[in-house]
Amino acid sequence: MRIAIIDTSTTRAAIISDGLREAGLDDLILIDPAGPLVAQVEAAKPEVVLINLENPSRDLLEDFFAMSRALARPIAMFVDQSDAEATGAAIDAGVSAYVVDGLSKQRIKPVIDLAVRRFQAFSRLQRELDDARNALAERAVIDKAKAILMKRRQIDEPAAYALLRGQAMRTNRRISEIAEAIVTSEALMGDME
Amino acid sequence: MIGERFRIGFLPLVDAALPILAHELGFAAREGFALELVRDMTWATVRDRLLYGHTDAAHMIAPLAIATTLGRDRPPVPLAVPFVLGLNGNAVTFSTRLAGEVGLGDTLGDPLAIGAALKRVATARVAAGKPLRFGVVHRYSSHNYMLRYWLAGVGVRPDQDVEIIVTSPPFAADALAAGDVDGICVGEPWNSIAVERGVGHIALATAQIWRRGVEKVLAIRETVLDERREAVEALVRALHAAAGHFVEPGAAEESAAILARPEYLDAPQDAILRAITDRIRLVPGGEPIHYPDFMFQYREAANFPWRSQAAWLYSQMVRWDYMAFDAAGAAAAGKVFRPDVYRAALAGSGAPLPGASSKLEGGLAEPIGAGSTQGRLTLGSDRFFDGRAFDPDDIEAYLAELP
Repeated sequence: MRIAIIDTSTTRAAIISDGLREAGLDDLILIDPAGPLVAQVEAAKPEVVLINLENPSRDLLEDFFAMSRALARPIAMFVDQSDAEATGAAIDAGVSAYVVDGLSKQRIKPVIDLAVRRFQAFSRLQRELDDARNALAERAVIDKAKAILMKRRQIDEPAAYALLRGQAMRTNRRISEIAEAIVTSEALMGDME
Repeated sequence: MIGERFRIGFLPLVDAALPILAHELGFAAREGFALELVRDMTWATVRDRLLYGHTDAAHMIAPLAIATTLGRDRPPVPLAVPFVLGLNGNAVTFSTRLAGEVGLGDTLGDPLAIGAALKRVATARVAAGKPLRFGVVHRYSSHNYMLRYWLAGVGVRPDQDVEIIVTSPPFAADALAAGDVDGICVGEPWNSIAVERGVGHIALATAQIWRRGVEKVLAIRETVLDERREAVEALVRALHAAAGHFVEPGAAEESAAILARPEYLDAPQDAILRAITDRIRLVPGGEPIHYPDFMFQYREAANFPWRSQAAWLYSQMVRWDYMAFDAAGAAAAGKVFRPDVYRAALAGSGAPLPGASSKLEGGLAEPIGAGSTQGRLTLGSDRFFDGRAFDPDDIEAYLAELP
């Protein structure tokens, strides 16, 4: 069963294709998002197309499917009403699929399920990356604020941190917010004595 | 009604104005519900979110609501249209090169004259083995049907003399710039953006092809309409109030400023303002010209979902999907439009309510008083450029007469 993967994120496309390959589905075509979409899909002659829900080329692709004489059978989206839940899960995960009409459900379902899991894993990964990035940025701001306090109040680092922490607890805010306020006010008023 | 909430999917287009303004200016809150707008870049995504409950309603091209109900290219899901979000507001824009070859002037020309000139160019391009190519926003869009209606009417056969492909609205100007297409038919502000970028000249407003052409609609799943009938009626009232505000002369500036924001259209405010006030800049650097009814809203019960509009769209679906006319299909298409919901929602409001649910489309050359069960209703000229009229009760005869 030949599966084409169209994704604006090449990283996610790689993650999905790895998953499919591990599951023994190795007739895969990765469509280059920078190249001509329709020509690539036409040449690939896929039986299943996996595409990210928000891909900007979906209207164009659906028009190609509707018009196509090159493919043996028309391709329809995987929306058997009996599978509304599974399809809903796919949409939730951000993946959309087109399959050759008549392909058996038993063969398609594992592919869709796997794509959904991989999409979810990718989102999780991205969230973790964002969190890590934010955490790093917060650390840098807190370090800056500590340095300002140490210099201005002539105190050592543990004391500066204790000041930040105490203020955060009293005002029910995050330490990084307090630190940001200090860094901002220093930038604006640091030279006023 | 307390705690009711609608998530509405939309594409960044000027005619997404009513749900956006209903949210921003408090018309929804006044009806006791909250709105959340969900922005997408393709109609396929807007449709999928609607079908799988990510959204409760959608700003949608009218033929797509019918195609989805009929199950064209996919298993059918019945949609309902209780409200039309506006009439026309689209344009046909030629690439600078095609505009030169056709000899477009700096005013809006006559559709027949431009058509005759286009036919010459199209024929030459076919002979040279490089047929002209036009981009429309979706296979099931009024843009596709309006463009094809005009082309066929001036003797340029779609799919034979010219190619017609799909480009989503936000990418239409790019396609023109890249030379992928020689012309586009798209909603505002994307024609103006093509002009502003110096890659296109506006040839026609779609209102010149059909003076009262149905454009975007509010689409809801039929099951959701049945389950949340009262709330949907409140939504119709809020949208109708937003439409009334939208056409007030003093409101245009503020509406344009709201629509221009990054979370909505993310587009130049002055281009949006021109579209709202029926002024369009046809050529780069040109003075905007005023074309009344470029985008038609609110007046003449413009938001009323006439079943005859759905029937006309179905006739064009039969025509351009090259399928056989089917009475059951025509009936199913007509039923997508729900004048009964519109009437129930606005009963007692003073808004004019047409007595009929269907009318002869394209039959009026002059404004005329029309039968109404509430308020006074006048309908303006609704002519097609070729003078043909569409009788929704005899679609087959209409189709037989078309070129």
